[in-house]
Amino acid sequence: MSNAVTAVSASPAANDGKSVPARLGEAFVGRLVIIIPYLWLLFFFLVPFIIVFKISLSQTAIAMPPYTPVLDFRDGISGFFAGFGELNFDNYAWLTQDALYVNAYVSSVIIAAISTLLTLLVGYPIAYGMARAPAAIRPTLLMLVILPFWTSFLIRVYAWIGILKPEGLLNQLLLSTGIISQPLIILNTYTAIFIGIVYSYLPFMVLPLYSALEKMDHSLIEAAKDLGCPPTSAFWKITFPLSLPGVIAGCLLVFIPAVGEFVIPDLLGGSQTLMIGKTLWNEFFANRDWPVSSAVAVILLLLLIVPIMLFQRAQARAQEQDR
Amino acid sequence: MKSLGSIRRDFAPWNDPNAKPYIQFENVTKRFGDFTAVNNLSLTIFEREFFALLGASGCGKSTLLRMLAGFEEPSAGRILLDGQDLRGIPPYRRPVNMMFQSYALFPHMTVENNIAFGLKQDGMAKSDIEKRVAEMLKLVKLEQFAKRKPHQLSGGQRQRVALARSVAKRPKVLLLDEPLGALDKKLREETQFELMDLQQELGLTFVVVTHDQEEAMTMADRIAIMDKGEVMQVATPAEVYEAPGSRFVAGFVGNVNMFEGKVARGEAGAASIDAGNGITIRTENAGDAAAGATVAFAIRPEKIKVSSKKPADAVNAIEGEVYDIAYLGDMTVYHIKLDDGHVVRASAMNAARITEDPLTWNDRAWVSFRPDAGVVLTR
Repeated sequence: MSNAVTAVSASPAANDGKSVPARLGEAFVGRLVIIIPYLWLLFFFLVPFIIVFKISLSQTAIAMPPYTPVLDFRDGISGFFAGFGELNFDNYAWLTQDALYVNAYVSSVIIAAISTLLTLLVGYPIAYGMARAPAAIRPTLLMLVILPFWTSFLIRVYAWIGILKPEGLLNQLLLSTGIISQPLIILNTYTAIFIGIVYSYLPFMVLPLYSALEKMDHSLIEAAKDLGCPPTSAFWKITFPLSLPGVIAGCLLVFIPAVGEFVIPDLLGGSQTLMIGKTLWNEFFANRDWPVSSAVAVILLLLLIVPIMLFQRAQARAQEQDR
Repeated sequence: MKSLGSIRRDFAPWNDPNAKPYIQFENVTKRFGDFTAVNNLSLTIFEREFFALLGASGCGKSTLLRMLAGFEEPSAGRILLDGQDLRGIPPYRRPVNMMFQSYALFPHMTVENNIAFGLKQDGMAKSDIEKRVAEMLKLVKLEQFAKRKPHQLSGGQRQRVALARSVAKRPKVLLLDEPLGALDKKLREETQFELMDLQQELGLTFVVVTHDQEEAMTMADRIAIMDKGEVMQVATPAEVYEAPGSRFVAGFVGNVNMFEGKVARGEAGAASIDAGNGITIRTENAGDAAAGATVAFAIRPEKIKVSSKKPADAVNAIEGEVYDIAYLGDMTVYHIKLDDGHVVRASAMNAARITEDPLTWNDRAWVSFRPDAGVVLTR
């Protein structure tokens, strides 16, 4: 694959009359540009991940840090290799034995999936409206979508407590208008988590949807109508299928972080709701069981690799089509 | 003046007072805010006609087409198709199909699904759809491309798919918006003839919008020349060229030389025009121009003869100087500066390989033309 890409990019260069060293120089600069983000990922993602993985294979201990040393060079190279014998996957086995973890994983995936669907339902009409708006006001609309990012995420989630709590703004409004006579219990329920996730992740859904819908040629819809297709049907046969890359990108951008979400379930979901991010936090800070919480993190990552890879494939396919 | 007919000699319903109009625009006006795109326009198109709307961009020709397709509703007036008022009928219920300038092929569907799209909307039986799609693919010679997606096709192939898709439903009228605009010159010329053949073969009414006069002249039975939302003239290509109705039409279609002057009345359509500076033009095509009226005498370059000596028998001969010569291979274009400063464009076919009367820059030369070669324009 990479050979094919090089060949394609090299062939026009071969015609522009540049000398061989100049072209090699260009290739080197090109590689260098790619190397920098890879180095970044290596040092700030892969290395920390290996450390987390290593901790997940050790045992908890009353020490500083609170786990038994494993695979380090304190006893020299021979000690390092001897360490392989001491590795054990007890922590992973533990995760399957205690139903709490399995339930937390399943519950997180379900909550993230429902939230993603809700975000899509809310985000699609917004993106559609933006893409159909007069070109002059589109940048303003785009700005409005991004505007919430200017405030801290944490503060925005806290603000929802003020809205959703029994004596909060929402209940006050509904009570004063006489729609309800008893305050609604929303805070500290799964509903509050859904509201929080939909609210927080909406821009991640709207932006890819908007970019997919905005580049769509309006004459396609006219052509569909011209060929006898009523507007609703034209939407499902033309607009929606053509916006699928945006739908997939938006859904994964919401789903992936939502599975591991900690702040929203912690602040809005209360103690009754179960999500893996919260479980992990408890394991780490409340139980001070670093090895088990590391194992939880590793499994979470493995769980998310599948949707991430789906996302990558969808992106690649969308790029293929644009060409 | 002899009548200038259609290229298809047997086909001229517009000359038949009993012919039933097929498409009628009746006092149609379309406004977008303050802008009037189409202004109180009336037009009649006949069944099986190949009709061209010709004009510069912004003249309202595309708006006219879009109103016929149903994407825009007229602000005033009405449009009739086969006697039926189209007002309020949405595009998806009109027996009219359009080929879009951008082709508007559905990028997520194969060629055959693009062609089948309209048929599926009609709920046609699956076997019939397959048969019709195969027929259409054969018609546009794309049989082996049925399974391809639009982005895997060349520009010319896409154009054919768009065409096949728009005729697949056998519409009463096919609307073509700049159908050849995106093709290169050579392909455009080939496709012009293919479109004409297709129209004959299918027996459909074609309404084509174009800004390319050559395209309109080649393909259309009649051309409507539009300017600022109004129709300036509706006529066969030959009439538009040889008997333009106004200065605008004469100047818009092809090259023309115009002399402004006053009519001195002769008899029976003949007149002499005093074009000033001692130039007097005698013409037999004065029409109903009144004596003393200010008119334009229009004459096409190929009807002007250039010679180094004054032709003995010429009714109209004016002296000047060779100002420019452009040798185009098949013909030569001369720009002759008359003694009053007026530059006349004349073209001569290079029928012989070597002319016996070679002219060169700054030579004194005579331009001459017959009294029936030009027309008098009062508008």
